[in-house]
Amino acid sequence: MSATAVIELDGVLLVTIQGELTDQDAIALQHDLTTQVASVGARGVLIDISALEIVDSFLARTLHDIAGSTSLLAAETVVVGMRPEVAITLVELGLTLPGLRTALSVADGLALFGGSIAAPSEGA
Amino acid sequence: MTVTAQDVRDELAEFLRERRPDILRAWSEANVLSHVDPADTEQESAELLAGVVQAIRDGAEGDSGHEGFSAARSVLGTVVSGSRDGARPDLAALKPPLLRLWTEHRRSAGPDGLTEHAVDGAVALSTAVDTLRAVLLELEVDAGLETIRAQREQLTELSTPVIKLWDGVLAIPLIGTLDSMRSQAATENLLEQIVAQQARVAILDITGVPAVDTMVAQHLLKTAMAARLMGAECIISGIRPQIAQTMVQLGIDLGEVATRATLADALGYALRTTGMAVVSDQHS
Amino acid sequence: MTIVPTVREVPIRTDMDIVGVRQAVREVAVSVGFSLVDQTKVVTAASELARNTLKHGGGGTAEIELEERADSTALRLVFRDEGPGIGDVELALRDGYSSSGGLGLGLSGARRLADEFDLRTAEGEGTTVTVAFVNRDPAAR
Repeated sequence: MSATAVIELDGVLLVTIQGELTDQDAIALQHDLTTQVASVGARGVLIDISALEIVDSFLARTLHDIAGSTSLLAAETVVVGMRPEVAITLVELGLTLPGLRTALSVADGLALFGGSIAAPSEGA
Repeated sequence: MTVTAQDVRDELAEFLRERRPDILRAWSEANVLSHVDPADTEQESAELLAGVVQAIRDGAEGDSGHEGFSAARSVLGTVVSGSRDGARPDLAALKPPLLRLWTEHRRSAGPDGLTEHAVDGAVALSTAVDTLRAVLLELEVDAGLETIRAQREQLTELSTPVIKLWDGVLAIPLIGTLDSMRSQAATENLLEQIVAQQARVAILDITGVPAVDTMVAQHLLKTAMAARLMGAECIISGIRPQIAQTMVQLGIDLGEVATRATLADALGYALRTTGMAVVSDQHS
Repeated sequence: MTIVPTVREVPIRTDMDIVGVRQAVREVAVSVGFSLVDQTKVVTAASELARNTLKHGGGGTAEIELEERADSTALRLVFRDEGPGIGDVELALRDGYSSSGGLGLGLSGARRLADEFDLRTAEGEGTTVTVAFVNRDPAAR
């Protein structure tokens, strides 16, 4: 899991994906996150994918599955910072991930968890 | 004794060297390159001729890729870029003086002068001028394509401006017929601005779109879905009544995408979504 | 008229090789001036197909080729394996059909992303999938 970093902020796990993920990395991420959500009793998971240059169907499914399994543990998953070209390609691929919550930035994402940490972000 | 192509070429080379001043004068008089300054015309004629000499010496007078023609290419390139008014030089006018001088040259060589040599030489000279014309045509076509490309890009950019309506609220007024290139450019432009301005709501206004067919609707829907994946919401506004009717008839379903009749309605909705309210102070 | 040199050939034996294919394809797409969106589409399709080659074909190769056309450049990817082949092509191309736990969009998704798609397979004789992406030239339309 060298390509990802996880920190905990007031009950929310902030996951930053820093580079290319192999399928094994993605599977490991799913496993580790689910374990961590349970062990810290997290109420939310923010996955920052702004560094990712592509998301293919395998990774999309992994994100979808993480959201599914964390929600069973009462933690909502929000995917943050998807790049425009990645979003266009996913839609073209036929993957609209309807159940997945998304946010433009980490600040916007944190605001979804009650705003106790971040003030609503101001537009540029 | 048979005349070899090499013989002809040697003779042509000699002719071109000997009669160079006459050829250049005749070419300048033909006024093909039509420069304001005669010195420029002379200079360019000399470069064209040098290219012809080189190509003929190598027996490559018909090969527009030969290095003799690459010098000519740069001369002709300036001619093409200088003729924005549409006037195009007719290089065919270079041919008659060249052939006239060649015939004179052969005639002066004695009673046998006007035999096979003369015909083969004339063919080679004629081919060389034709190749110059082909090079010019290539350059003109390239320049034309370049102009079309630049104009098309400009048009695409101009026709899809993204406007900031409020902090976190963007609008893109779509106007005219949306072909696939324009709608792709609009989508990319909008999504980039969503990131740049951290806009949570983007309004796609289709008031200025004359018709919404399945393709256009599909595209609007894809844009909205891509925006949602990025964490923003898209609203489609400006759906005129008759367009709403056609869309229903075509079986177009915009699914969960919010739609509003006017841009104003969409802005109101967007402001509420971002936690803002517009209050009139008349009543306070 | 069209010369098709193989620019790169990348083996697909492990998980890491899928990443290697993505990177190689990205480099070539950048080198021929694909837009960011087009680069992303090519690389995503390559990732899907490389995974298919690994998981269904038991490994194989990815060839990256460039083809000069009249008004454009086509980037072509050929994925070859000597695996069991695909029995029911129609079924394999259907959205949502997965035999390896993706979202079942590997083949059908790559086909949607690509400008040209070709699939050659027979049971027991391996699979070759070819996709091409044309670098759209605005003036050539």
